Amino acid sequence: MTTATAGVLFILSLLAALAVAYRYLGDHMFRVVAAEHHGRVERGIYRVLGVDPHAEQSWGGYARSVLAFSLISILFLYAFLRLQDVVFKVPDFAATIDERVFPHLAWNTAVSFVTNTNWQAYSGESTMTHLVQMAGLAVQNFVSAAVGIAVAVALVRGFARRRTDRLGNFWVDLTRITLRILLPIAVVGAVLLIAGGVVQSLGDGTAVTTLTGAEQHLTGGPVAGQEVIKELGTNGGGFYNVNSAHPFENPTAWTNWLEIFLILCIPFALPRVFGRMVGDNRQGYAILAVMATIAIASIALTNVFELGGAGTVPQAAGAAMEGKDVRFGLSDSATFAAATTLTSTGAVNSFHDSYTALGGMMPIVNMMLGEVAPGGVGSGLYGMLILAVLTVFVAGLMVGRTPEYVGKKIGAREIKFASLYFLITPTLVLIGVAAAMATGNWRTQLNVGPHGFSEVVYAFTSAANNNGSAFAGITVNTPWWDTATGLAMLLGRFLPIVFVLGLAGSLAGQSPVPASAGTLPTHKPLFIGMVVGVVVILVALTFLPALALGPLAEGL
Amino acid sequence: MRTTGWISQHLAAVRAVLVFTVLLGLGYPLALTGVAQLPGLRDKADGSVVEVDGRPVGSSLIGQSFTDADGNPVAKYFQSRPSASGYDPGATAASNLGPESIEDTLGDPALDPDSAAGDGSRQALLTQVCARSKAVGELEGVSGARPYCTPDGVGAVLRVFYSDGLSGRVTRAVSVNQACPATPFTATYEGVRVECGRFGEDYGKGVLVPVRGDAPETSPVPADAVTASGSSLDPHISVEYARLQARRVAAARSLPVEQVDALIDEHTTGRVLGFIGEPGVNVLELNLALDRR
Repeated sequence: MTTATAGVLFILSLLAALAVAYRYLGDHMFRVVAAEHHGRVERGIYRVLGVDPHAEQSWGGYARSVLAFSLISILFLYAFLRLQDVVFKVPDFAATIDERVFPHLAWNTAVSFVTNTNWQAYSGESTMTHLVQMAGLAVQNFVSAAVGIAVAVALVRGFARRRTDRLGNFWVDLTRITLRILLPIAVVGAVLLIAGGVVQSLGDGTAVTTLTGAEQHLTGGPVAGQEVIKELGTNGGGFYNVNSAHPFENPTAWTNWLEIFLILCIPFALPRVFGRMVGDNRQGYAILAVMATIAIASIALTNVFELGGAGTVPQAAGAAMEGKDVRFGLSDSATFAAATTLTSTGAVNSFHDSYTALGGMMPIVNMMLGEVAPGGVGSGLYGMLILAVLTVFVAGLMVGRTPEYVGKKIGAREIKFASLYFLITPTLVLIGVAAAMATGNWRTQLNVGPHGFSEVVYAFTSAANNNGSAFAGITVNTPWWDTATGLAMLLGRFLPIVFVLGLAGSLAGQSPVPASAGTLPTHKPLFIGMVVGVVVILVALTFLPALALGPLAEGL
Repeated sequence: MRTTGWISQHLAAVRAVLVFTVLLGLGYPLALTGVAQLPGLRDKADGSVVEVDGRPVGSSLIGQSFTDADGNPVAKYFQSRPSASGYDPGATAASNLGPESIEDTLGDPALDPDSAAGDGSRQALLTQVCARSKAVGELEGVSGARPYCTPDGVGAVLRVFYSDGLSGRVTRAVSVNQACPATPFTATYEGVRVECGRFGEDYGKGVLVPVRGDAPETSPVPADAVTASGSSLDPHISVEYARLQARRVAAARSLPVEQVDALIDEHTTGRVLGFIGEPGVNVLELNLALDRR
């Protein structure tokens, strides 16, 4: 079998598994967020938190809870990162905390994990103790994912409910999503990963003498538990510097398949929750179809470019194998790269910086699309619903009718929220890149010429879209880069969340309008095609100049 | 009222962070570590350590170098792929060099390249590929020639200067990766004599032109042998790279090549279910099998 055939079968098998997940995981998630009953553990947690699980919140209350929880998380994680050497200092690094975790790095990392970005300006194995990895960073992998899903669910409630200002209770959503969705899948996934060879220990590993007499220190650590939620929660922060390329994070070809599946399963299943909550499964299928169309096109193109191996060095080497491991090969590496950037994951099993020019452009384009196909857990669904709202608005303009979506009128207030949402990330990306170029901070790039510019564009695109992957040649652990990307992550996460919740509040207050002859059906191929068109055109108009100076200049 | 609401919000947040830290940050990983002690999982959770005579020699998942103290390949062992970390699990890294990383930074001839600080030279990815190919070719007794590589194992790249900047006639051509007094890989470019590269000279106004040369499309030295892996700990090499090394290893061990080939077959992992991943040969396990023989 050729690499290309095997690669196609690999993608098809993933799609088949995701189709099953759409149905069953989607139904499970719907039951979780719609459930009336509170479990015993959950009631205990509500009591400790001091919240009444039956008291629902307005959009403002919901937003304040999200922001309060995230703010406290950032402060807590910052302190934890700076104080990590106080207890259980395993491994026992020679470098002190002030030599390893500068304040600007701690700020960057705290923001990065709380915003579900997991941009890493540090190298895990030489910076972080086991305790801060598992009790600091990995905890945020769970809860930042749950926050994303909770916000998406609140938006869907806005569509589904009528004449109310209540959107649910954030603390209840957070707890349930963590305990009933993320944790069970994580436990099963982690055991599978351990069976594949991912390490899970609290020790410092094993010192060995190799066959030729050299010393090699095999690392230990609580990796499996962090690895699984890193993928499942579309976080991406690796235990090790080389992330999912590391054999202790991703040891075999089949764990690679599993990790890609974990990355994609919740984002692709969430449209089912949408469909069921608004009482029309066809609406869920339409959103799924938009996501799948873009995702399949992107995965296919990335594979074509990487297998094609254009460019001087890949031509000289005979294949674009720089930065890729043999067990994954060209195709499964390319598929991982597409999956990790189509979502907000940012884990990598191969190094995008060494990809062919156009193969390396695809991750950038995926992120620029706004990570909506299928996007991060929760953020993908709310991002796509915003684009659906923009699409009905554009369609409404063309035929001169008031736009509506799943029974709700899209008026001036709604379209303001949607437009503000859409404008945030391009603003952050373009201002960030311009600032890096204007202030000379681009000089920390590793590569020169157009590829060096691509490193800068990639960095801000990744930060503002909360992805976390990188053209990793660029050095970003400097005060300027840590501060700037930290701000991009923070604003790129929470401003959109506030606008999404504002939109949800505004929609929930409406009474539904009955569908009429003038209503654009939003479950038909025409609408699916229009949303795809809107996504691609909006991105092309915004980012083409930046791409032309970077990857396109290099690859064409 | 508003202030108390604001405070209770943050109190709930503080408590939530603490509760989830205990639950997900301690309970979950400790329970998992407990499960990982089950027979069948334990060895894997501890890093798949391989022992010889009760002494740990490595992990079946982590590659290692089979070179002597000076970094030269040990002939009786199959060699691993190039690694950006030198197979150090404490400092994993990829090269992150791009597909058009083709122009070296030449070293200062006044400095000692072998000193701790070095001479300031930096190889582009292309030269790394060319140099590795040349070295592997010499070790295995095949041609290491590749497209875009000079016979002395650096990237065949010119800076070409034109009379009108980017167009017009060629006024000057420099083989930038071949430091003087090297002989440039080609004597002339469009009628102009090609110079060797000089340290400290600014060639920025010239246009970068990689020269393909006449090397065949496919080299006997496969791609994975001349590129660094992503993990820098890749435990595998391609089947082609293993086959290429079989003759040398067999000679060093005075074994028939067929026996070594049979061991390669034995230690080749195919695609899972026939389509997941790529076939590869685990280098440490293969070398251990040879040592046991």
